[in-house]
Amino acid sequence: MFEELSNFRKYLPSRKSFRNMTPLARRELKSGMAFLTPWIIGFFAFTLLPIVASLIFSFMNLSITDGLLSPPKFVGFDNYVTLLNDRQAGVDPRTWINWFSSGTPTSMGVTITFALVSLPIGILFPLGLAVLMNNPNLKGKMLFRSLFYMPFIVPFVASVFLWGGMLNSETGWINRVLIALGMAKEATPDWANSTFWVYPTYTIMGIWGVGNAMLIMLAGLQSVPTELYDAATVDGANGWHTFWKITFPMISPVIFYNLTLGIVGVFQYFLVPLVVNNGTGRPGGATMFYSLYLFRNFFTFQDMSYGSTLAWFLFIIILLITFVLFGTAKYWVYYAGESRS
Amino acid sequence: MTKVLSTNVQEKSSAREKAVSRTVSPNWRKNLNGFTITAFTLAILVLFLSPFAFMIFTSLKTQDQISIVGAPIYPAAPPKFEYNGEQLEIFIVPLPDGTTKELAMFKKGQKESTFIDPANLDAGEILWTGSWRLLDRPWEFSPTYSNYSEAWGAINYPQKLWNTFQYAIVSVIGTLISCTLVAYGFARFRFPGRDLLFIVLISTIFLPAFVTVIPTYTFFVKIGWVGTWLPLIVPHFFANAYNVFLLRQYFLTLPRELDEAAMIDGASPLRVLWSVIIPQSYPVFMAITVFHIVFAWNDYFGPVVYLASAPDKWPISYALSMFNGIYGQRPQLIQAGALMALILPLILFVVAQRFFVQGIVVTGVEK
Repeated sequence: MFEELSNFRKYLPSRKSFRNMTPLARRELKSGMAFLTPWIIGFFAFTLLPIVASLIFSFMNLSITDGLLSPPKFVGFDNYVTLLNDRQAGVDPRTWINWFSSGTPTSMGVTITFALVSLPIGILFPLGLAVLMNNPNLKGKMLFRSLFYMPFIVPFVASVFLWGGMLNSETGWINRVLIALGMAKEATPDWANSTFWVYPTYTIMGIWGVGNAMLIMLAGLQSVPTELYDAATVDGANGWHTFWKITFPMISPVIFYNLTLGIVGVFQYFLVPLVVNNGTGRPGGATMFYSLYLFRNFFTFQDMSYGSTLAWFLFIIILLITFVLFGTAKYWVYYAGESRS
Repeated sequence: MTKVLSTNVQEKSSAREKAVSRTVSPNWRKNLNGFTITAFTLAILVLFLSPFAFMIFTSLKTQDQISIVGAPIYPAAPPKFEYNGEQLEIFIVPLPDGTTKELAMFKKGQKESTFIDPANLDAGEILWTGSWRLLDRPWEFSPTYSNYSEAWGAINYPQKLWNTFQYAIVSVIGTLISCTLVAYGFARFRFPGRDLLFIVLISTIFLPAFVTVIPTYTFFVKIGWVGTWLPLIVPHFFANAYNVFLLRQYFLTLPRELDEAAMIDGASPLRVLWSVIIPQSYPVFMAITVFHIVFAWNDYFGPVVYLASAPDKWPISYALSMFNGIYGQRPQLIQAGALMALILPLILFVVAQRFFVQGIVVTGVEK
């Protein structure tokens, strides 16, 4: 899916291609565009126009109650200056690191901390499952695959409730098991109520939805031609070499896909803390994720201008990250079909 | 690459399985490996799915059992003994001679309590010194089904189910129609700029929702759509990146000869789509339908923004989150509510899992 994105220059139309059109090509352009109309209208109405609008909002002092009587004013870069000095937003990189020791966590610090905890697990756990599912000796593959996938379709509020119960520090099964295994009751984690354990808690809740990633990775593993492994065995490669020289390059597009969507997703993460803690940031502000802070400004306080400023900052960050990721892709992502087209 | 939809993933893997077993391992070793790996996977699976058991067990418990420390994890109730028209609780009482006996508590006391022996009433009242709170009870398996009816009534389940159902059906129709048209345009027509437009379409999946939601929300407030289903449904009639991609990849695998034959016979492009492409595409339509139903069933972001103030329009996903506030102290009702919210998607998954697997594989693996 991302291959086209990585070398988009190839697809830019030249002016010549429009000038030299035959009548037949013109007709094809017409009917082709006619079929794209629903998306093009939707793209303008629900994507492009709102993006421009939110950019304009971010330079105004707009709130939802504004009407003709109290028109909003342009305030220049005021909102962005506020953002840079907003301790809670934590745009300043110096506030990201070590917020454990320096008082209230900042939203960007929280987001990055959670990303560092959850992203590696979000890639490695489904990859591990896929490797297991791909093992030729595993019995009942189809059943295992379906059952590991199953939690993905559970409504997310329900899965939050299930894991919230499982990880309850008094009555949850996880702590009961830990105590049964000999852990002292005082030493058991306080999960969602601890500023430290809350990230593992949310990560575990997220792990439940890895079914998608697992299936994609499994399909990636299965698409590796067996001849490559046979050739490597003949050449005397061991398991480690085989993985890094054959398996990893062959499934790198799949890992790239999941990694990119994972990073984009973690910066927009806010629904779980919204449901678990009603969006209050408990415990001690450790769950006031950047997007949750954004949501509260926009929705709870109905501050459309500052909300847009936060959203545009987020947009720019995500844009930068995806550009960097796609830039690195040519060093480690291998598209087997590249030579074909 | 393009054949994944029609090729069954399982066939591929079993072919590999044969190839490997033929060349590599002797039989006994293979069996041992198979056993170890299967047991290991099973262990992970049990851990992975244990929350379902937790949910079922908890949803069948009584409030009494929830509040008693040391109660068993399965749904159970302490047995009662009826004595002179009174329900007496039964405890396992350690007697001075070192044995224990199941006795019914007659009078509670801080330091000492009086018991009677249900098996031997003639023994009269037995005085026991110690705190009765520390005594164990002879729990008996006893599921409580009333939690379900209480949770059902608490948030007006039938209404919420009906809302969710309407949302799912209308938006599935919108998605199918719009995405089919757009995907057909991308798959079957060659014109300059087409591939660029396709890239623009794909890159919208990176767009943070908030950049577009804030102005859209402001606009919908102004025209009075907030508190209605319209902001959630209308955008589905204008196509989305994932489903267009899925459909385009599928259409590309269909042979062009049929289209061309129809064209030569004078069929218009719309006619070709209707009579040639669509009849060949039922598997991918099924995949999109099941995905979309699950999406609509789980959607939380849309309802939280647009429907928060209109409880009678809530879908099940959003209504469920209200349990957290109302029943914080009554986990059995929360779990019963969660179970009732996930049972329908679960049934859909069991019935239609083939389509889930195929759809995911295409979006992830195809370039």
